[in-house]
Amino acid sequence: MMKIDARGMYYRNLNKTIRDAVASGEKEFDLINVNGQRYIGDGLQGSDVKIDIHGVPGNDMAAFMDGPTLIVHSNAQDDVSNTMNEGKVVIHGHAGDVLGYGMRGGKLFVKGDAGFRVGIHMKGYMDKMPVMIIGGTAGNFFGEYMAGGVLILLGINRKKDTPIAGDYLGTGMHGGVMYIRGEVDQYQCGAEVGVSELNDEDKKKLSALIKEYCDDLGFNYNEIMSEKFVKLYPKSSRPYGKLYAY
Amino acid sequence: MSNYDFQKDIAGCGLTGIISTKGRKISGSVIRCSIACQHDRGNGLGGGFAAYGIYPKYKDYYAFHLMYDNMEAKKAAEAYLDENLTVDLAEEIPTKKSKAIPTSPILWRYFVKVKDNKRGSSVTNISDDDIIVNSVMHINSDIHGAYIFSSGKNMGAFKGVGFPEEIADFFMIENYEGYIWTAHNRFPTNTPGWWGGAHPFTLLDWSIVHNGEITSYGINKRYLEMFGYKLTLLTDTEVVAYLLDLLIRRHGLRPETACVALASPFWKSIARMPENEKQIITALRMVYGSALLNGPFAFVFGYTRGMVGMNDRIKLRPLVVASKDDMVYMASEESAIIEICPSPERVWAPKAGEAVIVNLDKDVAA
Repeated sequence: MMKIDARGMYYRNLNKTIRDAVASGEKEFDLINVNGQRYIGDGLQGSDVKIDIHGVPGNDMAAFMDGPTLIVHSNAQDDVSNTMNEGKVVIHGHAGDVLGYGMRGGKLFVKGDAGFRVGIHMKGYMDKMPVMIIGGTAGNFFGEYMAGGVLILLGINRKKDTPIAGDYLGTGMHGGVMYIRGEVDQYQCGAEVGVSELNDEDKKKLSALIKEYCDDLGFNYNEIMSEKFVKLYPKSSRPYGKLYAY
Repeated sequence: MSNYDFQKDIAGCGLTGIISTKGRKISGSVIRCSIACQHDRGNGLGGGFAAYGIYPKYKDYYAFHLMYDNMEAKKAAEAYLDENLTVDLAEEIPTKKSKAIPTSPILWRYFVKVKDNKRGSSVTNISDDDIIVNSVMHINSDIHGAYIFSSGKNMGAFKGVGFPEEIADFFMIENYEGYIWTAHNRFPTNTPGWWGGAHPFTLLDWSIVHNGEITSYGINKRYLEMFGYKLTLLTDTEVVAYLLDLLIRRHGLRPETACVALASPFWKSIARMPENEKQIITALRMVYGSALLNGPFAFVFGYTRGMVGMNDRIKLRPLVVASKDDMVYMASEESAIIEICPSPERVWAPKAGEAVIVNLDKDVAA
């Protein structure tokens, strides 16, 4: 296990140290005193690589990541898991805007709230099935242009007057599925979004993912599953097919 | 060289604001740490700071900070100042040349009051603030090579071309103590990186640091010109400083109301509001349509008794707020707050268009 004290370390040096160590066979890392260093885990490969991060990592963490596991024992900033291909990111706090942009594989679990534009253009193909679970609430544009994968929003510990998601929920959605634990107003949703109850297959999928999420972040599975979820899905796979053709 | 050999980091501007609601004075070295943590949000083409409470000895004077391209500009501006204002103290702004900032405009400051015989009467209804604004507009637009970049009481802006930590060292901001500080790290996109174009932009005690673009600049500029403002600094952010002056000082709106005018709710949200609120917000949008700021932004503005942070209406730029004891912090990135406040009591991201307004406690004299 490699321990790195990142205090005052420029992001390039930190990331080069990690990259070089991975290249020479190191599998486990413990980063302490991280604060604001960008690009941690970007493009990193190796499904057996695990990085523990103490402190607030900078923007663009786990972009294009392809296999490793990152555990953030704190809050995280913007642009986590941009176009991530495989691997897992677990954040034990809240996270910022634009999480999982164009994410195409792997898992991103956030314990607290997430910001605006989360899960935009997530996509899935055959065995590639990205999953993002947000424990708290999310801002506007959640799952905008969603093309594939699974987005789950739990709204744990939210105040009574706080909506679980903002406006433009799933606007432009044309693939994938969202499971939201609570009420969703059709007013919030994009025109392409259907809202329904979960079928047995949905429940099976949801249950397995929530189990894993609870194991990673210490939530009580039964408590989370005791509340009702709704399913959001694309009503049409080609909502604008006739936009310029009628 | 291939197309892939891209050495430029693409980023946005960075900003930080801090306020002690008890009016406690904080050294400039604190905010320097925070903005330096966001180094990579800028590209070395602009850095700056605004500080409140730094000139207690001259707190009844307007503190003018000027930059001059040459001595002729200085002579012309000083002749104008002498004619229209009482200048109690004129001195060079202390600076420390460095490898990073080897050259600069000529930088002077003046502590001034409006001359008694130039003062408005109850008949003319012109305040000292109006006269000061007119002086700023006159010098910035009509005296070639002279720019007033700070004109408030007991506050000052320090800015230039360089990374903010370099500008901090250049102006030795560690020697100033303020109860509000704002800082900016610039990454100019559409407009030149020059000394006058660095943030903060100020007028009287308004100061603003901004990340993003005001794409409504043209509309806002024409609107402001109808009220006598002259936009000379070649940067979109300038309109926000003057809009604040117009809406809050001249039209008497409260800061929270002015913020609604600048980033008003969408019509589809207004349609769902209770009747009373619907009428108020509709009226604001009708009256202040030309003050509406379009485009992506996060900004922090300061004034004598407070600090406000706000995003555009769909939150296209980051802004994080944190609090601990009497302190409130705002920054583009959470790490920039953690750098100077390792364990805040609360950290949150305001929603789109939601103004976070932090005022000094009522019993604090500023």
